[in-house]
Formats: sequence, C-alpha cells, structure tokens
Amino acid sequence: MAVVDRSRAIYEGSRIPSPIPTALSPNPAEVPFDDILTVNFGPNHPSTHGVLRLIVDLNGEQVVGISAVIGYLHTGFEKTMEQKTWWKGVTYPARVDYVSFQYNELVFVLAIEKLLELEIPRKATWMRMALCELVRIHSHLVYLGTSALEIGAISMFWYTFRERDLILDLFEMVTGVRMHTRYFQVGGLAEDIPQGFYADARAFCKRMPKAIDEYEALLDDNKIWLERTRGVGLLSADDAIALGQSGPVLRASGVDWDLRKREPYLAYDQVDFEVPVYHGGDVYDRYRVRMDEMRESIRIVAQSIDRLEEMQGEPWIADDRKVVLPPREELHTSMESLIHHFKIVTEGYRVPEGEVYVAVESPRGESGVYLVSDGGPKPWRVKFRAPSFVALEATASCMKDVAIADLVAVIGSLDAVMGDTDR
Amino acid sequence: MAYEGVPGLVETREAFGETTLVVDPARLVEAATHLRDDAGFNLLADIAAADYLGWAELGVAGYIGTAGGRDLNAPGSQGFARRPLPKPKRFSLSYHLLRVSDDPARIRLQVWLDDGEAVASVVPVWPTADWHEREAYDMMGIPFEGHPNLRRILMDDDWEGHPLRKDYPIGGEPVRFSGEE
Repeated sequence: MAVVDRSRAIYEGSRIPSPIPTALSPNPAEVPFDDILTVNFGPNHPSTHGVLRLIVDLNGEQVVGISAVIGYLHTGFEKTMEQKTWWKGVTYPARVDYVSFQYNELVFVLAIEKLLELEIPRKATWMRMALCELVRIHSHLVYLGTSALEIGAISMFWYTFRERDLILDLFEMVTGVRMHTRYFQVGGLAEDIPQGFYADARAFCKRMPKAIDEYEALLDDNKIWLERTRGVGLLSADDAIALGQSGPVLRASGVDWDLRKREPYLAYDQVDFEVPVYHGGDVYDRYRVRMDEMRESIRIVAQSIDRLEEMQGEPWIADDRKVVLPPREELHTSMESLIHHFKIVTEGYRVPEGEVYVAVESPRGESGVYLVSDGGPKPWRVKFRAPSFVALEATASCMKDVAIADLVAVIGSLDAVMGDTDR
Repeated sequence: MAYEGVPGLVETREAFGETTLVVDPARLVEAATHLRDDAGFNLLADIAAADYLGWAELGVAGYIGTAGGRDLNAPGSQGFARRPLPKPKRFSLSYHLLRVSDDPARIRLQVWLDDGEAVASVVPVWPTADWHEREAYDMMGIPFEGHPNLRRILMDDDWEGHPLRKDYPIGGEPVRFSGEE
C-alpha cells in the first residue's frame, strides 16, 4: 500500500493560507471589515492546553482569521544545555515535553549514543521500549481527557486520569519519581528493573483494554461528541505533509507513516503491532488514531514484558567505564572505579566531534534532536525538533468554516504541549 | 552519488550514517526545489541553526580548558584531546529533510553564513519553514529574504539580541521595569 492514499480526497486543492502559511487573514471581499470582531484567546485560558495565545477574527460565530502567538513558556532549555555536561544534560529533555516526558529523554540519549557509537544491552533496549509505550498511553490519556473536557464531555477527564495514575504508579515503582524520571542513561538504564514491575505492568495491560472500551462507550455512541468532531478541522494529506505534520495528525489524514515501522529504532522491528491510519483528516479521526494507538501500545508493552522476563540477571547498562558510572559497591574497593566515578561526575565524558539528527515517534509525532559536539564534555548545540511546534503551524489551515466553539476542538485535536512548542 | 545533480552543491559529507549536502547559500532555493521535486524530499522536518563563534578556541561557552592540557586554575576543566576541525563560516543552517514514501530517506541540507548574511526563505518550497525560519531569526539573528512574516516568535517583539548566539551573555540579563521607562 502506498504511503499516501490519494483515492479519497478530503478536499480539493490546498487550504494552506497564502502568503503566510501559518496565519489566516480575513478576506475583505467576503467579509466586510466592519463585521469583524477580533478576539484575543489566551494565553491564560483553560482551553488552550497551557499558554497558547490565539488572535481570532470573528464574523458572528464564524472564524475568518487566526494567528497563533507562542513563546510564553520559552525557558531556554537549548541554551542551558550548552552549559551543562552531556551527563547532566540528560535531566533537561524530559521537562521539554512534560506530557510525553520519556521520549525527549530517549531521543537525546539515543543521539549521544550515536555520536559515541555505543552499543547498549538488549535489556535496556526492551525496557526503554516498554516505558516509552507506557508514556504514549499516558500522553494519549491526557489528550483524551483534556480535549473531551474542553468540548463538554467532562466525565472523560476523571476516567482517563484514573488510568493515567496507574501508569504514573508504574513509573514511581521503576524510577522513584512519577514524571521527569531521568531513568534513561547514556549506555542503558540508570537502575535495574525492580521486582514486581513485571507483575504490575501485566495487570495494567490486562485492565487497560477494558478501560479503552469504556472510553469508547462514553464517546463513540455520544451524538454530541460525534457532531462536534466529525468533519471539523479538516487537513488533507498533501497539506499535512507540506506543513511538516507528523504522528497522529498525519495518520488521521490518510498518510501511512510511523517512524517505528519506517525507520525502526530500539527493537520495534521485533515486535508485532499495527499502525492505525484513517482517511477523514478531521478531529474525530485524530481521536480514532489515538484510541487505536493505545491498544497497539498495550500489545507492545505486553510483548516487551515477555521478553524482559527472559532477561533476568542480564546487565541493564553498557560496560564502558569511560561513559557509564561504575557500580556503587566498587567505589569502596577499586581505585580505578573511584577515579572514573569522579571524572564522569565532575568533568563529564567526552563525545566525539560531529553532528547528528535522531528522530523517534513520540505520541505527538516526530520528536527529533540535532546535536553538535566539538569533542568536549559539553554539547556545542542542542536543537529539539518539537512536534507540538509543528502541529500548531497547521491551526490556520484547519480553520475553514470553523465556528468559535469548534476552535477549541481543533486545537485540542492537534495535541500541542506548550512546553514542547516553546522549549 | 545520487545527489550530484543538486544545484550549487559544494560538498557531500557522510558521517554517523547521515548524509550532509552543503550548498551555496545563493542557490539554496534551487537546491531545495530540486530535492523536493526530483529527489522526493517532500517533508521538511526541522531547520536547525548553529553558531560556531569561538569553535575550537579557548574560553567560550563554558570552556576554560587549554588546548595543551589541563588548566590548573580551573579545576574540572581539560583541554581538547584534539582540536576540532575549523568551520567555513560562523553560522550553519541545517535543513533536515525527510522523504515520506515507500522508500524513506533522510538528508541534511546545509548552508554556511556569516553574521548578518541573508539567505533566501524556503517557505515557497515547504510552507512549514515559516515558523522554523522565524525561530532561527529569533534565536540566532539570521535574516531570511522573502519570508512573508519575519518576526520574533519565542522572545518578545522588543527583545534585544539573539539568545542562542554564543556571544549572548548567560545570566545577568538586564533588568527591565526598572523605573526608568
């Protein structure tokens, strides 16, 4: 099957505004200037998923112009990371996209490992995959809860956050913290997998499909939900590609594109899962893609747990003393280990000179990082490719015939996290 | 090589399994159009600007090491094992391209620029470049010619300086709202 299915066109031609592709301006031939009311929406508005500000031109209830203003959560992560050693820098990426916290950490660690040409043990690979898929479910639950809440399905929020808490409990068990775990370490994992994780993760995998059935029972038979989401916020496959979209937004527009299948990283080529693709390009199909992805993620977690259980007693981190901290108990008996520990903690390890770009499929799409190293212990340049930043570029193109009430549904379906957008 | 026909190609580099095409900035749009239409790179994933001011020199961006070895006055610092290779100009702009098709591929299209040197906008080629170019302008001060809306995107409209440049001070930013306004 072709990657882009053009047999079912969502609409004719392109809806990307011109000349500015990310800002829709009212057409004076259609709407007289005097009829337009300009509304400032956000940045402190509960429906904007954080601190997004939209300047909306309204003709009655109809949105005729829109432009997004971002930057309210700009924290200078990239600049800060240039001042920290590679080793300390691992702490920051999780804070960038705080809803799918594990992915930026993963992509940063993978990029450093690519520069170091470091092999990591298979146990670490499979555990990274299991945790990442758990975070994908977590992120989609937050999407589902908040975006349904915003268009009136208030109870969804309580149900999704019930299961979200179970995922965070698993993270607390493995890493000691519920979010921003810093569990992925260059070379593998920071700690071994604790006893009891497998059993709890299995229990979660057993419970979660039933929970998804519940969500679907609440929404898919709900006439209000269907009417609020179907045919709203259309984006065609060609427009989505031209606007650089990725992840669920792209797959809901009929593009069969998932980096886990197309450019397999970790061990995604060894697990069995499907990539859901829908062809409507509307808010509803983006919701469908995410629901199906949660089910697929559960399958991946279950397969990873099966494989991990066979790896009891195997190392969880590479045995490269120039990069990886020595085991704690060796510090009391081995002078070399003590020196290595001291060197890595104070000076940091060196990363060979070069530039790499690594991308993974995060819940929001292609999450990438561009790293430049000059051969020293600190990164020369860190640049995140933020999927939320790119998703918000599509707001103007999705706004054809949208009413002010649907605006919130469209923004919610693009699932932008402002920490990721502004970095 | 498959990319010999790219207009204005200066250099092709292969490193870490990634291909970098360095092109002449004056022919960037030509090269971008060629890569999109003839090589199928239909998705622009990212535009990453990097500032190489002080690259391979001492005492910038947290480096207090010396080329020869450890600086005794700065504990915890150490010099380079070897000096990094020099760069042609101060700024690099890397366009990370992706081919969304049955034959996926990635490529890095790169141009090198001096301070204040303008480069043509690729918004007509890939509309997604709009915000990426605004970010590169905001953070690094690279002017893009022909961009429809070149304004700051992450910082305030009246912000001074470009924060990700290597000569932008870290810490000690000037205090605003000091009563002198």
